[in-house]
Amino acid sequence: MATAELADNAPGNNARRSRVWTPFDLTAAAFLIAVAALVVIPIANLVRIALSGESDIWADLVAYVIPEALRVTVLLLAGVALVTAIVGTGAAWLVTAYRFPGRDTLSWMLALPLAFPTYIVAYVYVDFFDAFGPVQNVLHALTGWTPGAGSWYPNIRSLPGAVFVFSVVLYPYVFLAARAMFQTQSACLFEVARTLGATRIMLARHVALPLARPALAVGLSLALMETLNDIGASEYLGVRTLTLSIFTTWLNRSSLPGAAQIACVMLVAVAALLALERYGRRDKRFHLVLRRSQPPAPIVLTGRAGALACAVCALPVLLGFALPAASLAHEVFARGLIAGFDPDLVRHTLSTILLAAVATLAALVLGFGAVIAARLIRRPWTGAALMLAGLGYAVPGTVLALALLSPLVAIDEGLNVVSRALTGAGVGLVVAGSGAAIVIAYVVRFLAIATGSAQAGLARVSTHVDDAARTLGEKPGGVMRLIHIPLARPALGGAALLVFVDCLKELPATLLLRPLNVETLSTYIYQFATRGNFEEGALAALLIVAAGIVPVIRMARYSDLALMPEAAPE
Amino acid sequence: MINRTLLTTLCALALATPAFAQGEVNVYSYREHKLIQPLLDAFTKDTGIKVNVISASSGLEQRIKTEGVNSPADVLLTVDIARLQEAVDSGITQSIKSPVLDKAVAQQYRDPAGNWYGLAMRARVVYASKERVAQNAITYDELSDPKWKGKICIRSGQHMYNNALFAAYLAKHGEAKTEEWLRGIKANLAQKPSGGDREVARDIAAGKCDIGLGNTYYWALMNDKEADRKPWAAATKVILPTFQGGGTHVNLSGVAFAKHAPHKDNAVKLVEWLVGEHAQHMYADVNYEYPLLSEIKVNPTIAGYGTLKADALPLSEIAKNKKAAANLVDKVGFDN
Repeated sequence: MATAELADNAPGNNARRSRVWTPFDLTAAAFLIAVAALVVIPIANLVRIALSGESDIWADLVAYVIPEALRVTVLLLAGVALVTAIVGTGAAWLVTAYRFPGRDTLSWMLALPLAFPTYIVAYVYVDFFDAFGPVQNVLHALTGWTPGAGSWYPNIRSLPGAVFVFSVVLYPYVFLAARAMFQTQSACLFEVARTLGATRIMLARHVALPLARPALAVGLSLALMETLNDIGASEYLGVRTLTLSIFTTWLNRSSLPGAAQIACVMLVAVAALLALERYGRRDKRFHLVLRRSQPPAPIVLTGRAGALACAVCALPVLLGFALPAASLAHEVFARGLIAGFDPDLVRHTLSTILLAAVATLAALVLGFGAVIAARLIRRPWTGAALMLAGLGYAVPGTVLALALLSPLVAIDEGLNVVSRALTGAGVGLVVAGSGAAIVIAYVVRFLAIATGSAQAGLARVSTHVDDAARTLGEKPGGVMRLIHIPLARPALGGAALLVFVDCLKELPATLLLRPLNVETLSTYIYQFATRGNFEEGALAALLIVAAGIVPVIRMARYSDLALMPEAAPE
Repeated sequence: MINRTLLTTLCALALATPAFAQGEVNVYSYREHKLIQPLLDAFTKDTGIKVNVISASSGLEQRIKTEGVNSPADVLLTVDIARLQEAVDSGITQSIKSPVLDKAVAQQYRDPAGNWYGLAMRARVVYASKERVAQNAITYDELSDPKWKGKICIRSGQHMYNNALFAAYLAKHGEAKTEEWLRGIKANLAQKPSGGDREVARDIAAGKCDIGLGNTYYWALMNDKEADRKPWAAATKVILPTFQGGGTHVNLSGVAFAKHAPHKDNAVKLVEWLVGEHAQHMYADVNYEYPLLSEIKVNPTIAGYGTLKADALPLSEIAKNKKAAANLVDKVGFDN
């Protein structure tokens, strides 16, 4: 049997010919299906809710709500895509292709805004730019003039304001992905291009950028999914996105089915976009198999050029991190939040970190396990299963939480039946009413990061290596243990940090699913924010940032990062 | 200390609150945690009953409904009449007979069947520039008067506070007139709806607009408690508007009894306590709401707005018209 398997594992005919299912294959397939089911079940429930509804509301939604919401959403996403792409790839190109004063520090500081939840930065910037904020106060002190409505002074509570806020927080996704790609690009290509007379601009445009496209796609899709997930910042800034419409349809029209219908449309649109992007680079191979490839030697910038590069890279850090952090720190002192320290914050910080850590571990085990399983069993359907497992990221947190509720309660009801039969007493809601619900929601939502990273990390390990190991008599489990996991470790580390930070910041699903008496730092801040008093939560906001900052710095210092795109298999 | 906290946290996360424990009551709350917590702490101190809380800004009815018979929820605290009615309509409440509650809460502020009770009230009022607005009385109808063109600020028309006001107008005047009224207000807006009620005061103080809508307690909080926002309150005054031939629009903070409440007796005790003198004083002076217990005085800052003449429209009418109001807001593109 081993012989038959080996023959079938020959390169070039993976997944094409049927072969014998070994018990290991069956276990791996079951595992992969279970992971995909974890994401598919809530989505199926969402579809069920959408179909259960009356259709009269749909006519109203199509007539009055969706066109405008769609227009705003498309503009917001386009704006965020454009700005994060320019800032993210621009900064990544500068820190990899050049050497200038402050470059080493900026190269990790550029990732710092990731530690901030978007809606907090939205509140900070409204306070900063709006009437009675420092900017207008200074303006008034200098000129005696206060901007009224309709003056040239930009209104932060607007679509362009939202593009600004989302972009300064989310560009690091693009930055990290692009930087990882630029760093692993081979010097040879650049040298060849240069010998052929290419200028620096031409190098960036015709060599570096096309090669970075998959990375750009991954970074951008992460940034855009985060934008789509948001409710807090959009509402506060007066930007009526589709996600916000889902929310108001559900609450004000009391129509969960109507909300689910919009959510489904959105999910289809997102899936289609992702598929389109993948289709766009279907025949391209983006990785280089040059042996001993070295990153290009950076060009040294001194004097004015060096200072300019430094300033350009410092600006996003300033806007996305330093300024919001300073503003929150100012509120902490101005309001005496340290002297009047809320002792509950210790408990909330621990809850937050604990939930995030457990969810991260689970997401990694499931995500990497699923990818390795798919790789080992090599069947055509495994790609589809992995794609489904990554769909949770395209469902906004609130919708995901609503869709998860009834499957979780169904599990509890099953447990209660068993428990009553065995002990005569029910156990209550042990899943839906405990931290497990939040952990499951986090895993479903962020599994895409784990599977994406695993695919990226493992794509660079040729399946020939697996085959060689098998020929030498290693069992599939051994291949996983001895080859896949060690080689994917950098990707594993990067994914862990990213999932952890995202869990720390997660708000909408946590809000709806958390057990009695449990708060995370995010929900703690939110209760002040809903009352228009977010500054009271400034200390908690800094605690989220503090908890997230170490992972973010570690992530930024990894040269070989999670966000590497899934390259086409060799 | 850290160890114990960690242990408690672990337990809280790992275990659902046992549905059968004694001396507890489980509260699902739309009230912000920090606002309701002082009340609940005082309740625990008075009665020895431990209160467990989940607070959220949406979705709690859905959660209780889905949790079904195993739901740990005893009561649902809301800040909006429509939510109370919706809880009843979705079948997640039960009726309670309590002479104490029936005596304390006036008939128009409770469910005839006893599924829900009001606890305190807030009014939706006009914040106006002290400098630029001379009048001290206004009707809601007047908000659509072209004389306010470019002078009104407001938060999203889909926010529940505005939604309830629009629903009340709709109940009184019918769809066609409400649509016209909303179009009129929309035409008068100085900027797209955004921010919260405090931003209305901020924008007026900054000169972006002259009047706007806000809840009664926000102005009082800015004026009395928030030094950095005191200038916003100082630049504005509060006018209690009225419907033509009616009173001022009010909304309820209220409570509904969950159908599968595992601690029903404690739930009743809690609600009876919330309409008692101690709690009603706190509603008046900590939360700046209008207490429902007639013996309790409103806070002096709130009293400074003038005497509240609450509109007589039954609150159930507001709940009934909520969806239609939401639809009209979208139809006239109020938030666009």
